[in-house]
Amino acid sequence: MNLLGNLSWEAIPYHEPIIMGTLAVVGIAGILIAIAITRAKQWDTLWFDWITSVDHKRLGVMYILLALIMLIRGFSDAIMMRTQLAMATNGAAGYLPPEHYDQIFTAHGVIMIMFMAMPFMIGLMNIVLPLQIGARDVAFPFMNNLSFWLSAGGAVLINISLGLGEFAKTGWLAYPPLSELSFSPGVGVDYYIWALQISGVGTLLTGVNFLVTVFKMRAPGMKLMDMPIFTWTCTWANVLIVASFPILTAVLGLLTLDRYLDFHFFTNDLGGNAMMYINLFWAWGHPEVYILMLPAFGIFSEVISTFTGKRLFGYTSMVWASGAISILGFIVWLHHFFTMGSSANVNAFFGIMTMIIAVPTGVKLFNWLFTMYRGRLRMTVPVLWTLGFMVTFTIGGMTGVLLAVPGADYVLHNSLFLIAHFHNTIIGGAVFGYLAGFAFWFSKAMGFHLNERIGKASFWCWQIGFYMAFMPLYVLGFLGMTRRLNHTDNPDWNIWLYIACAGAFVILVGIVLQFVQLYLAFRNREQNRDLTGDPWNGHTLEWSTASPPQFYNFAVLPQVDDIDAFTDMKEKGTAYQRPAKYAPIHMPKNTAAGILIASAATAFGFAAVWHITWLAVASLVAAVVFLLQRAYVSNVDYYVQPDEIARIEYAHLRHVNPAPAHHQATPAKRRKKAAEESIEEVSA
Amino acid sequence: MFIRSLRNAALSAAVLALAGCDGGVLDPKGQVGVDEKSLIIISTVLMLLVVIPVIVMTLYFAWKYREGREHEIYAPKWAHSTKIEATVWLIPVVIVVILGVITWRSTHSLDPYKPLEHERDPLTVEVVSLNWKWLFIYPEQGIAAVNELVIPTNVPVNFKITSESTMNSFFIPQLGSQIYSMAGMETKLHLIANEPGTFEGFSANYSGAGFSGMHFETKAVDEAVFERWASDMKQGHPTLDSTRYADLAKPSEDHPVEYFSAVSDGLFHQIMFKYMQHYNTWNKAPVHQEMEHGATGMHPTMHHGKAEE
Amino acid sequence: MTAIAHVHQGANTAPDHHHHDTSENTIFGFWLYLMTDCLLFASVFATYAVLFMNTAGGVSGRDIFELDYVAIETAALLFSSITYGFAMIAAHRQNKGATLGWLLVTFAFGAVFIGMEVNEFHHLIAEGNGPSRSAFLSSFFALVGMHGLHVTAGLIWMAVMMIEVVKRGLGRQTITRLSCLSLFWHFLDIVWVCVFTVVYLMGVL
Repeated sequence: MNLLGNLSWEAIPYHEPIIMGTLAVVGIAGILIAIAITRAKQWDTLWFDWITSVDHKRLGVMYILLALIMLIRGFSDAIMMRTQLAMATNGAAGYLPPEHYDQIFTAHGVIMIMFMAMPFMIGLMNIVLPLQIGARDVAFPFMNNLSFWLSAGGAVLINISLGLGEFAKTGWLAYPPLSELSFSPGVGVDYYIWALQISGVGTLLTGVNFLVTVFKMRAPGMKLMDMPIFTWTCTWANVLIVASFPILTAVLGLLTLDRYLDFHFFTNDLGGNAMMYINLFWAWGHPEVYILMLPAFGIFSEVISTFTGKRLFGYTSMVWASGAISILGFIVWLHHFFTMGSSANVNAFFGIMTMIIAVPTGVKLFNWLFTMYRGRLRMTVPVLWTLGFMVTFTIGGMTGVLLAVPGADYVLHNSLFLIAHFHNTIIGGAVFGYLAGFAFWFSKAMGFHLNERIGKASFWCWQIGFYMAFMPLYVLGFLGMTRRLNHTDNPDWNIWLYIACAGAFVILVGIVLQFVQLYLAFRNREQNRDLTGDPWNGHTLEWSTASPPQFYNFAVLPQVDDIDAFTDMKEKGTAYQRPAKYAPIHMPKNTAAGILIASAATAFGFAAVWHITWLAVASLVAAVVFLLQRAYVSNVDYYVQPDEIARIEYAHLRHVNPAPAHHQATPAKRRKKAAEESIEEVSA
Repeated sequence: MFIRSLRNAALSAAVLALAGCDGGVLDPKGQVGVDEKSLIIISTVLMLLVVIPVIVMTLYFAWKYREGREHEIYAPKWAHSTKIEATVWLIPVVIVVILGVITWRSTHSLDPYKPLEHERDPLTVEVVSLNWKWLFIYPEQGIAAVNELVIPTNVPVNFKITSESTMNSFFIPQLGSQIYSMAGMETKLHLIANEPGTFEGFSANYSGAGFSGMHFETKAVDEAVFERWASDMKQGHPTLDSTRYADLAKPSEDHPVEYFSAVSDGLFHQIMFKYMQHYNTWNKAPVHQEMEHGATGMHPTMHHGKAEE
Repeated sequence: MTAIAHVHQGANTAPDHHHHDTSENTIFGFWLYLMTDCLLFASVFATYAVLFMNTAGGVSGRDIFELDYVAIETAALLFSSITYGFAMIAAHRQNKGATLGWLLVTFAFGAVFIGMEVNEFHHLIAEGNGPSRSAFLSSFFALVGMHGLHVTAGLIWMAVMMIEVVKRGLGRQTITRLSCLSLFWHFLDIVWVCVFTVVYLMGVL
């Protein structure tokens, strides 16, 4: 038996200087980081406080870290594609042969959707959602840790494919029969399958976890229609996750059977039907788009209502508009393939259904507008992202509705117009939203502020770069350029390809500035501490905690009587109260089980890619053993004692100073008084 | 009809803006493409009716109600107005209703499976996508060509499309609609060229390594020229029989133009039937006779064009 | 459903707010998981419905399904659901011996079901009617096999639970876990009723 399955030295792409260079850089960076951690003696912290953490806030931070790392990877792919297309004009071959280029556009799509956008969204949700509903953690903290490591495991697999073997050359949809063994005999599609499958299971668990959290763990008094709007949109997104990811699991499973065990679901011969894959894939794929979008909508709502110092206009409309989008999102999947030959009735039905989604989306836009109306808008970084979104996304929505008209789609399908459209909505919608949320909640999660000036510069680079990079693609779509071309030979297209390439570099500056901003924030963190925990005069409960929040979130579970629960408390003067006596808090302990199980799952995926039987069996057994072990350890929780809570709480309350807002004189005084008392208490 | 008048208004407004286009979707040379272009323009104009005000209002509100303008009204608790809410639901609903009507009608009139209404009898061309080239068979003329499509102007063309291997999309932007080519099934497309010229055609669905080179020239010529071309083709080129086809089916990139003076009978059906014979055989003896072309799939209507003909 | 659904008063000072809720949360979460599993089955059912006609000239359901055999299989699984119900009643009465006894009976029925299914698969493959033969057989093996894998997982889980009951008795956590397994087991029963109807009954008609 071959111990390494199909794996051999030839799997390493020595002949690809770009890949080998990347690997060298990644390797050196990894070693440097390891040295830095060792020098700072931080391995213990890393393991005990982060990797094994079941704290939703830390998991959220790790999710976003994963998203940022994968953003670098996915964006490198993007910029390589744009430079390739700018160079390979007039029949020139460019520097990326199809062999390599086809992997790049596949990886770009998979990474940006599954390993950049999803972790970013789930990370923000992790940090914010339990705080917003006044909970001490999610319903299943261990499972939350496991979900994260499964997502990370998928990301690891996809990155291994860079140095061992290849990635899929099928496009991120992996349509059969192209993705079948007969047309894609390499390991690329297998990497695709297992990376998606493993991270997909993680996402599914997250969906279940957060639904239970939202339905069972809200603070006393918080009715469903009192939940902050971000929590609501996340909840809809989680409903979509729970309802759509099983379909992805199924369809990937069937493709796996085709490729590994010679089944015939989607093959050309013996009765297979590739259309079945395409339908199932989009039955997941379209809701997935709204899974990414809805939480971003929630972020914009929070940002606008916070920075105009107003209540959100039309809260109820917003909740039901999100619900309508979620439900409609499930009955529009066919618009991804109007050109497959369905009858006019079917195409028209799905086209009109798609357009109907524009109604609740339009309502949302109007509601944001009327939230600004008669407000006092502070032009902070999150607000800039939101305004940029409202303008950009409106255009993306319009082109989306145009594509939903089957007669128009017959000529625009699969063209660069489509590429421009979905980048217009996903970057202009989801990514702008996440970056708004990143700037909005950064100080909450980390305890210090980002650099506002560089944040604004980054926004402008993104905004300008986006228009430069993607508006030309609309034109190219009209000029008849289809997607996934490796080189072109049409002089009319060249100028647009050059502009798009330049735009990608402007976005690059925007991304670099994001990292510069992060670096400066860390370097100057002592000067930029957020001591109050409420830097923006926030509406919702997350702002009532310290920054970063106490590990148990709330010493006393808050009583909620209003949608803007924290604003309500500040107005009534009940914010920052100090009870006579704290009660012990029950908390889960950190555990290594999550990373162990996820590592076993990742090893299984790797073994499956290379057909290493012993490793597959061993890792499967290991995963089960780790799971059982976790189920039968008794020592999984502990109590935080009142004196420790008091110490932590008083340390925070000491800093809570009057907020600058003018309409809060009374509560501010109360806060000050409370803070003084707490000092006495501590010194006594 | 209101669509017609809308179209005229929209067209005249848009003509200037798009006059610079040469080739592509906005420079159509056939009726289908012309209709699709005006559909795009009408829909866009309709949507701009909402989109432009939204963008303007966004920027205006953000500017008007920014921090520090203390003379503006500040209403921090104002969060509901039935009137406004009704309006903001109503406006998109109205636009979508209008667009929905346009969509329903245009989807039916532009259905790729619907034969074009024309006084002339259509020309039939059978299209096969192979890795990575296009084969065009002219069953009525008994000739075939690879990576070159010659059609007469002002004659509707019925394309019957299938694939030897992976899924592609048959697309000539300047003539209009595209449709997927899939192994084991026949899809249909009806196009017409109203002006002579050479139009770029290609696969619009990625199909593997040689995909970028999978394009062909569509030469629309006067009918007389076409007839002459077809009769010239009858000699001097090899015959496309199953052996030759097997050769052709082997993967090749940037395949040169090739002509065939003769095609073995029913080649297109053989290509399709190779896989289709595996469909729909529940409780039937193994099939030998040729069966209906309908594939059992998610779309029982996939081949409805056949039934309507 | 379970004896541990505590009504918590929502008082802010409840010392272990989490603790009382965990069983309730677990059961609710498990319901949600079952919904996702239901969709997983639905997707594969849909695939079967699309592909079952495509026998590629090979056998169809009428040629290979033996209703008598499958009826016994079905009976075994249905009975196992009933006996699991008895196990749960015994567990709620804190009757350890009876709980174990009924779990054992359930396990035996489940094992009979799986054994018969493996035997059926073995015969089909031996006769050249394996999943590689046609899209119909692919989807048949995938659908029935996926259910079988679920049942197998359920059996392993049941074995683990029996050990847990022996070692730890019928504490609150154990009862919660038994309740989850109960939901899982009944769910698989319902899925099997669908499989039996759609695949076998309609297959021979």
